[in-house]
Amino acid sequence: MVDITISLVPNLILFVLGLWGLILNRKNLILMLLSLELILLSVNLMFLMYAVLLDDIEGQYFAFYVLTIAAAEAAIGLALLVAFYRLRGTIAVKFMNLMKG
Amino acid sequence: MYLSVLALPLMGFLICSIGGRYIGGRGAQIISTGLLMGSVLVGCLIFYEVCLVQTPVYLDVGSWIPIIDLRWGFLFDSLTAVLILVVTVISSLVHFYSIGYMEGDPHFPRFMAYLSLFTFAMLVLVTADNFVQMFLGWEGVGIVSYLLINFWFTRLQANKSGIKALVVNRIGDWGLVLALVIIYSVFKGLDYQSVFSLVPYLVGETIWGFDKLEVVALFLFLGAIGKSAQLGLHMWLPDAMEGPTPVSALIHAATMVTAGVVLILRTSMIFEKAPHVLIFVTVLGGLTAFVSASIGLVQNDLKRVIAYSTCSQLGYMIFACGLSHYSLSCFHLVTHAFFKALLFLSAGVVIHGFLDEQDMRRMGGVFTKFPLTYSLMCIGSFSLLGFPFLSGYYSKDLILEVAGAQWGIATVFVYLLGSVTALFTAYYSIRVLMLTFWLPIRGGQIKSQEGGVFLLFPLLVLASLSIFVGYFVKDMLVGIGSGFWNNALIEETNNLVEGEFLPFSLKMFPIFLAFLGLCLSFSLVGLRLELVRSLKGVYGFLSKKWYFDKIINEWLVAPILNVGYQVCFKFIDQGVLQIFGPVGSMKVFSKISKDVRSIQTGQIYHYVFMFVLGIVFLLAPFESFFLFLGLLAFLFV
Repeated sequence: MVDITISLVPNLILFVLGLWGLILNRKNLILMLLSLELILLSVNLMFLMYAVLLDDIEGQYFAFYVLTIAAAEAAIGLALLVAFYRLRGTIAVKFMNLMKG
Repeated sequence: MYLSVLALPLMGFLICSIGGRYIGGRGAQIISTGLLMGSVLVGCLIFYEVCLVQTPVYLDVGSWIPIIDLRWGFLFDSLTAVLILVVTVISSLVHFYSIGYMEGDPHFPRFMAYLSLFTFAMLVLVTADNFVQMFLGWEGVGIVSYLLINFWFTRLQANKSGIKALVVNRIGDWGLVLALVIIYSVFKGLDYQSVFSLVPYLVGETIWGFDKLEVVALFLFLGAIGKSAQLGLHMWLPDAMEGPTPVSALIHAATMVTAGVVLILRTSMIFEKAPHVLIFVTVLGGLTAFVSASIGLVQNDLKRVIAYSTCSQLGYMIFACGLSHYSLSCFHLVTHAFFKALLFLSAGVVIHGFLDEQDMRRMGGVFTKFPLTYSLMCIGSFSLLGFPFLSGYYSKDLILEVAGAQWGIATVFVYLLGSVTALFTAYYSIRVLMLTFWLPIRGGQIKSQEGGVFLLFPLLVLASLSIFVGYFVKDMLVGIGSGFWNNALIEETNNLVEGEFLPFSLKMFPIFLAFLGLCLSFSLVGLRLELVRSLKGVYGFLSKKWYFDKIINEWLVAPILNVGYQVCFKFIDQGVLQIFGPVGSMKVFSKISKDVRSIQTGQIYHYVFMFVLGIVFLLAPFESFFLFLGLLAFLFV
């Protein structure tokens, strides 16, 4: 048997680290994409852990789904990043405030 | 037939006002005057049937306001018939006179339409059989009075006078409306029949500690104060002389201003049961007679002198009412209507003769030039000052006689005031005649001819009425034991008989004073400077009209206006209501939207933070559920 605390808490820590990366990051868009990947992977890990814990294979299915989607998302994100850099000449998140009210 | 007395003037009004453009000035003259003459004929028939044959007529025309059980109804009793006759006769003569007086005026159809509308409204007032219909006529004559004072609407002074008349009358109307409301709440009805038949059962009943009938009578009298220009609300009447002279004769001398007296006569039943209000009526009437006559002594405008005289004579009528001699008051109303209309109309001829000059100081010396006008104005003036055996003598002298025959502080007071007023009346009447006709001319131009038949014929009719009416109808209207009124007027304390047995000296006292005034006038007008210097204070006081206008403007109107501006306008309207209303909400919403806008920074990490925070708050309620799920998982595994 796997201990629930040992199996889930690191996942949670990873998830929260990803969130913090998103929220506290003022530098650039790449860090943001990395944090997003971190979140997705932590969630993936959580699916897998639950699959093991609950003895249910569906969690593993979902992990595969999420992996593919994360790969696609990373590709799109990087493409957007490149496009954004071409457009603005910078990838600093601090200056992404065109939506200001 | 009875309704046609009202319908004919109304028809005249409609034709002249709607079709005035097509029938033109001449057509308007012919149609409105002709219809009014027809109205006079009907009025005579009504007088014959109602008064002489003694058959009061009551016509129910239909439902008006069902909720308070109000119906259109017309009541023709002796009082109505007398007033109809007076109104239609004078109105038709004034219509006739206007043809000559207003000659060349571009607004002739409008003028005739107003005159006819006025006659209609006045007839509605006197023929109504309930208070609300009477009030309709009351307001009708008020508004037509405004329109006619303001007839030459390009003159600023006329506009101001018209508005003044309307606004001052509004105070009296307010009293009358309150009276109607109280009458409805006390009597549960507004038609004369129910109200008057219930009066004796309400004697002594109180409402909030006041006698019900006294309250009703007081508010009714407030209406009469406004309309009949009694002291306190009398300032509008002399100013109303800005209107054309025929209007002054018809509205501001003979008919409309007597509406207040008519109201008291009509509700004599209520007034009789309100003795305290009667004392008030007496004293205020006497004071009005005295004060306005004293102002009339020093006025220089020809029409204004006669206007103050009207005011003073109205005071006589009112205090005759206060002495419970309603029939006598009506008698004076009738005679006064004739001789005052005569005075005004002949003043109009004089004013025309001097090419629209109204200041008496610029007139003079025309008794050879306008002999007919001169003699007619003499008749009017002597009738007014109570020269024996002219019609004014019979009514005015009788009023003073019965005042002298009642013993009470108020009665003695008004007897003295009335007698002194007789002196004043004689003084200013003779002063008018002297300044206008006898003294040599002092500037101004004179027309070569006196006036056409249109100007002079009505004067002749009115002059003969001013001479004979008093003698002819005295016994009928106020004779001892005359059954003429037939319950139209209620008089509980009739002391005509005691009046007959007054000592000769007391009876002759007013006449003596009138002759004294006459002689004083002869002697004073010639020598001016010395006496005027010694009487400078009195003269200034009187020519400033006892400072009534000044006091009311500065002590009453100004504070009210101030309150209206500072409190009602600036504090409430522009203050509280604006802050809690449009301006306030506008400011609050713009501030809120500014705050909300500042949340939207455009920084992605802020949005992410909000997003996470939102999810946390969204899931917080389910926390226990998730814990439960976790536990369940733990147990099973």
